[in-house]
Amino acid sequence: MRRETLLNAAIALGLLAVPLWAWSAGEPFTITLATRAAILALAGVGLNLALGLGGLVSLGHAAFFGVGGYAMGILAHHAQTFAPLDLGLFTVAGTKSMPVIWLTAMVFSALAALAIGALSLRTSGVYFIMITLAFGQMFYYFAISWPAYGGEDGLSIWVRNGFPGLNTLDPIQFFAICYVLLMAALVLSAVIARSPFGLALNAARQVPQRVETVGIPVYRVRLVAFVISGTITGLAGALFADLNRFVSPSMFSWQLSGELIVFIILGGTARLFGPVAGACLFVALEHWLGGLSDYWHIYLGALLLGVVLFARGGLIGTLAGREVAHD
Amino acid sequence: MSLLHLSEVSAFYGPSQALFRVDLDVAEGEVVALMGRNGMGKTTTVKTICRMLPAAGGDLRFAGQDLRKLPSHRAARLGLGLVPEGRRCFPNLTVAENLAAAARPGPWDAAAVARLFPVLADRRDQMAASLSGGEQQMLAIGRALMTNPRLLLLDEATEGLAPLVRAEIWEAVAALKRDTGLAILVIDKSLRELSRIADRAVILQRGETVWTGAMPDLSPHITDRYLGV
Repeated sequence: MRRETLLNAAIALGLLAVPLWAWSAGEPFTITLATRAAILALAGVGLNLALGLGGLVSLGHAAFFGVGGYAMGILAHHAQTFAPLDLGLFTVAGTKSMPVIWLTAMVFSALAALAIGALSLRTSGVYFIMITLAFGQMFYYFAISWPAYGGEDGLSIWVRNGFPGLNTLDPIQFFAICYVLLMAALVLSAVIARSPFGLALNAARQVPQRVETVGIPVYRVRLVAFVISGTITGLAGALFADLNRFVSPSMFSWQLSGELIVFIILGGTARLFGPVAGACLFVALEHWLGGLSDYWHIYLGALLLGVVLFARGGLIGTLAGREVAHD
Repeated sequence: MSLLHLSEVSAFYGPSQALFRVDLDVAEGEVVALMGRNGMGKTTTVKTICRMLPAAGGDLRFAGQDLRKLPSHRAARLGLGLVPEGRRCFPNLTVAENLAAAARPGPWDAAAVARLFPVLADRRDQMAASLSGGEQQMLAIGRALMTNPRLLLLDEATEGLAPLVRAEIWEAVAALKRDTGLAILVIDKSLRELSRIADRAVILQRGETVWTGAMPDLSPHITDRYLGV
């Protein structure tokens, strides 16, 4: 078995073992930290499809994270206030059902990704980075100026949405939901990477014009990847909002887009488990270093600099070798 | 009727005109050598055919369809299989993945490519970037064949390769002609090999077609005048 496969298995088991230990030891806060890591990893898995596999450096993925978060917040808000959601032509009742909220979050983040991707992918390089950033900021400022759902203050949800057969208020059960969704996204990501579609996406990152000459429409391949990527990130946003029971414009902020990129670089760009390793490391550093100093981002910056300069395959690349571009 | 037809095709790199009047025809099952000294427009002609460079004027048709209105990927899907100059495999994909990425339905699949180039079967899990130049060239030809083309465009197929590897590539091209009847447009500097394999030749000079004819009619006078050999 390849070293990277073993490492991936160890990371997956480690992410499962920590909250199980915390559960047996009565440490709910540690379970919440692991849940946060799993959700951010899910968002990173989404971005990694576009960034790692497709070479699309998006600084606007927080837009999809926020759309997912607000989809959850708005539906749950209307469920808890018993006020129907007025959509002009018709009204819709709010809901506390997680599957319905996930589906809504995924549909709306996919539509947002389709619109943003259709325009952004006509550019490349630094222009692509800037246009995705601009779209992300448009969503951010829209959320700030949307008083119906809290504006700048955000929206508190005092219920935890439900999943059939589970007590989602129990931290370990909510973690289990997030973990299963993360694993499902990883399986989907691995299947995509090995499919002709994923190979074409990967090849387009390297020599796009040559991909066109073998009959593959690069723009369309990238757009589909961008939409899948945004959809997964949107699902993560809905879970993140459920974890915190709070949504705010900060979910759309460019800093969050930057953090998602940081997870991927720390863990290993284009590595299947790169975002998982990166998110776990980020949450651990945030917890431990954040307890030592308010300026813990300085240490994170130094670590990132070290990874970029000396370990360009990230954590996974350093431990498993750099010769393979994808798992 | 020609499979590929170019008539008075012109093309520009920015403000600089590179092709002036290129006339070229390739029929089904025919092997045509596109010849000329360095910088005369051979690769530019191939790029124009594959829609990597827009044709500014003239008539450019493949299988009766006007290529000038099609994007590069649509032109390729009509049946143009390009083996580009400098090989340009997908470096971070394995041999098997390079072939799978280009695959389209038809008689050419990974097994058929492996029969043509057995070394690719031995290297199937190896990254393309780690292959030798000859193996990369075989992979580039294999990748083009995986698109199941009607016309194979070989741009400098043996450039920079060792004599033994070149012989192997030429043998494979001869086998393609003999066994499959695939139409081939080939650019190469080896007059001896082109004379052996091509049915007709087209010579370019300063972006213009200056001679067209059957390969046996390519006299020393013409090669001396236009090719300097």
